[in-house]
Amino acid sequence: MDSSNGKQGNQGSSEKDNLWRVKVGLAEMLKGGVIMDVTTAEQARIAEQAGACAVMALERVPADIRKEGGVARMASPRIIREIMETVTIPVMAKVRIGHFAEAQVLEALEVDFIDESEVLTPADEENHIWKHDFRVPFVCGARNLGEALRRIAEGAAMIRTKGEAGSGNVVEAVRHMRAIVGHIRRLTTLREDELVHEAKELGAPLELVRQVARTGKLPVPNFSAGGIATPADAALVRQLGAEAAFVGSGIFKSSDPEKRARAIVKATTHFDDPKAVLEASEQLGEAMKGIDVRQLDEKELLQTRGW
Amino acid sequence: MKVGILAVQGDFEAHGQMLSRLGVEHIFVRTLAGLANLEGLVLPGGESSTHLKFLTEGGLLDAIRELARRGGALFGTCAGAILLAREVKNPPQTSLGLADISVARNAYGRQVASQVLWGPSKLKEAPLEMVFIRAPLIERVGSGVEVLAESEGRPVLVRQDKVLAATFHPELTEDATVHEYFLQMCASGSRGVQTAESTKAMRSS
Repeated sequence: MDSSNGKQGNQGSSEKDNLWRVKVGLAEMLKGGVIMDVTTAEQARIAEQAGACAVMALERVPADIRKEGGVARMASPRIIREIMETVTIPVMAKVRIGHFAEAQVLEALEVDFIDESEVLTPADEENHIWKHDFRVPFVCGARNLGEALRRIAEGAAMIRTKGEAGSGNVVEAVRHMRAIVGHIRRLTTLREDELVHEAKELGAPLELVRQVARTGKLPVPNFSAGGIATPADAALVRQLGAEAAFVGSGIFKSSDPEKRARAIVKATTHFDDPKAVLEASEQLGEAMKGIDVRQLDEKELLQTRGW
Repeated sequence: MKVGILAVQGDFEAHGQMLSRLGVEHIFVRTLAGLANLEGLVLPGGESSTHLKFLTEGGLLDAIRELARRGGALFGTCAGAILLAREVKNPPQTSLGLADISVARNAYGRQVASQVLWGPSKLKEAPLEMVFIRAPLIERVGSGVEVLAESEGRPVLVRQDKVLAATFHPELTEDATVHEYFLQMCASGSRGVQTAESTKAMRSS
């Protein structure tokens, strides 16, 4: 498996290498942008006009999944197709962890990216999807470096923090981003012999661990998701190392989706310019109410799904 | 020489890495002030509709046209090529209009159609590696536009004076040929010099 950023092509490079390169390539194109959860074609249109670089097509946003309960599955192909026909930006959709048949359906539908997501009810409590088998790139959630590298080994072309989806509370996304970035930083200081032990502790392939230690970054783009609700939240995760932001319930569960969408896009691009983030933060209505994650029971957490 | 890279969104860092490798000073441009004193500007890949919205609201569209009038060189890849085109289709979209080409967005299909191809170019003897990601298609090339590379018989790298547009992503390869060519354009006089290389006949692969 070649999980490098894959620039060493030559005319004889294999179909498999080239496929990996165009998968990571699409993830590269989304950097610096905002990927928004949408449940209707109309919401997708609003997201695109607000400057989203992609949309995630869903039947229910995470906040509603949390509230309504039941088994959360892949969205209906009809909804996803309507959204694909409405916008020109890439369309992503979610499948249950381990549900490779849902992924095959989404690939047949030709969505641009598949999120193997803890927000939906897992279909397999041991195995994730072997993502190298697909032409469509995958994004997977991670809470720490070991989880991120296991997903990359399986073929994820993009990693995002899990955060705590639908909570409107950025604390878990911050925890996960700091864990991943901090651990990467530590790897760069270790000796070769120490990396072997580290790979064992991480539960991740040694080759990937050595590559991260050498380059100081993940071999695929590293985005943030889970609880981002305000322009300042987006600026925060960007400054902590996220290369782009997913915003789920935060936009269409707020009182002013259009304005909030534009504001979060602006803050994500200008994350290191406090005056621009201030401008983006002004004249916004109510953010989504949000949940104190510490008040949730262990069994209510979405982030503990996936292994 | 100072080159800017538009850094609204997209693969601006990949362009930065390529320019660093070539030893060229560059800055990421997100504001009007960032456009001052540049010899060249790279418009990277990403989502052209996102970039366009940002450029329009920030007043950067006119400032980039002004940079071109002053003799600055422009290089757009994929979304960047869409922004440079005179006409954009599928759907119609405003653009800088600095290269006399018509471009159809996502004309090759969705992500499942993204691929790596090799095609003939005037820039080097060997075929050029081309990474296409949800690529646009150049449907029409004006008379003042030179086709520098083709893939499957279609123009994929074109130049008009000091404007260079690629529908693929040379920044996602190890091959610095196209960026080196752009840097020559940045360094040349106000209307650009036709390099000896650019007047060579297209080589077959």
